[in-house]
Amino acid sequence: MAAEPAKVDPMYQFTIEPLFGSANWEIAGFNIAFTNSAMWMLITTVVLGIFVWGGMKRELVPGRWQMAVETFTGFVENMLEANIGKAGRKYVPYVFSLFMFILFANILGLLPLGIVGLHPFTFTSHFTITGVLAAISFSIVLIVGFWKHGFHFFSLFVPHGTPLPMIPAIFLIELVSFAVRPFSLALRLFVAMMAGHVLLEVLSSFVIDGTNAGAHFGLLVGLPSFLLMIGICALEILVAGIQAYVFALLTSLYINDAENLH
Amino acid sequence: MDVEAAKLVGAGLAAIGAGMAAIGVGNVFGSFLESALRNPGAADGQQGRLFIGFAAAELLGLLAFVVAMILIFVA
Repeated sequence: MAAEPAKVDPMYQFTIEPLFGSANWEIAGFNIAFTNSAMWMLITTVVLGIFVWGGMKRELVPGRWQMAVETFTGFVENMLEANIGKAGRKYVPYVFSLFMFILFANILGLLPLGIVGLHPFTFTSHFTITGVLAAISFSIVLIVGFWKHGFHFFSLFVPHGTPLPMIPAIFLIELVSFAVRPFSLALRLFVAMMAGHVLLEVLSSFVIDGTNAGAHFGLLVGLPSFLLMIGICALEILVAGIQAYVFALLTSLYINDAENLH
Repeated sequence: MDVEAAKLVGAGLAAIGAGMAAIGVGNVFGSFLESALRNPGAADGQQGRLFIGFAAAELLGLLAFVVAMILIFVA
């Protein structure tokens, strides 16, 4: 970051701005102003709705759009059946929604719309959003676990065949590891998205400062940085997909722990 | 050394953790590729576990990034 007029702050892209001001948006003391984060969540939902709606024509020989939607639904169904078994089918709506929402959110945040003036906002790069998604997944795990097994659910923390003296220690360790799961889910997605965007912003600051410093610096510093940005964008698209997949996969694994108590 | 400088040095040292994350992730994918070339038929069935392993290794490395962020912006 240069101490010159064009100082690029890589963290500025994550600021949440109330789009219509935050003066009159209050319910019971809570501020519910419509922020840029909320707007992008709305855009993601609309795009996801259009995508799924386009695949609902129920053609016997599916066209390309329906094939794409069926690929995603089949993928989520296979993943749930492989990880949970037959009982996994009832979670397909939730895990499909979760996976597609996170995937579309991550990818929409990478769109190069800045050229036309609309700067996308990756709302999954905030721990509040990913924390709520992880909390929803984890509460499904807890509710299913306790509804289906009652207090027998705690046998999840004592693996079969543990020697008696070790049971207290193993129970505590497994309990802590279980309690950390929602945090790790939320943290993984949040840090992956934030780190990717910070990296892109820092590289773009190299391009800007290099070009501002003259033509020779622009070619020496700006051009390699720009080429690196293109490569990192490709990596970010891959990471967007992988992080959405990992979130859904780990959710299905945790639900398997609740359903089947290994 | 004043507190602000010490914080930034600490945040810079957290980048070592990021390098170790690179080693860990490379280890996961390297082992997968090595064994997939020995037994290609069994490779496709294990892809799910590959990504679980990648996510776990990446998360623990990204914790170093979290420490750096806490040092710069919070503490």
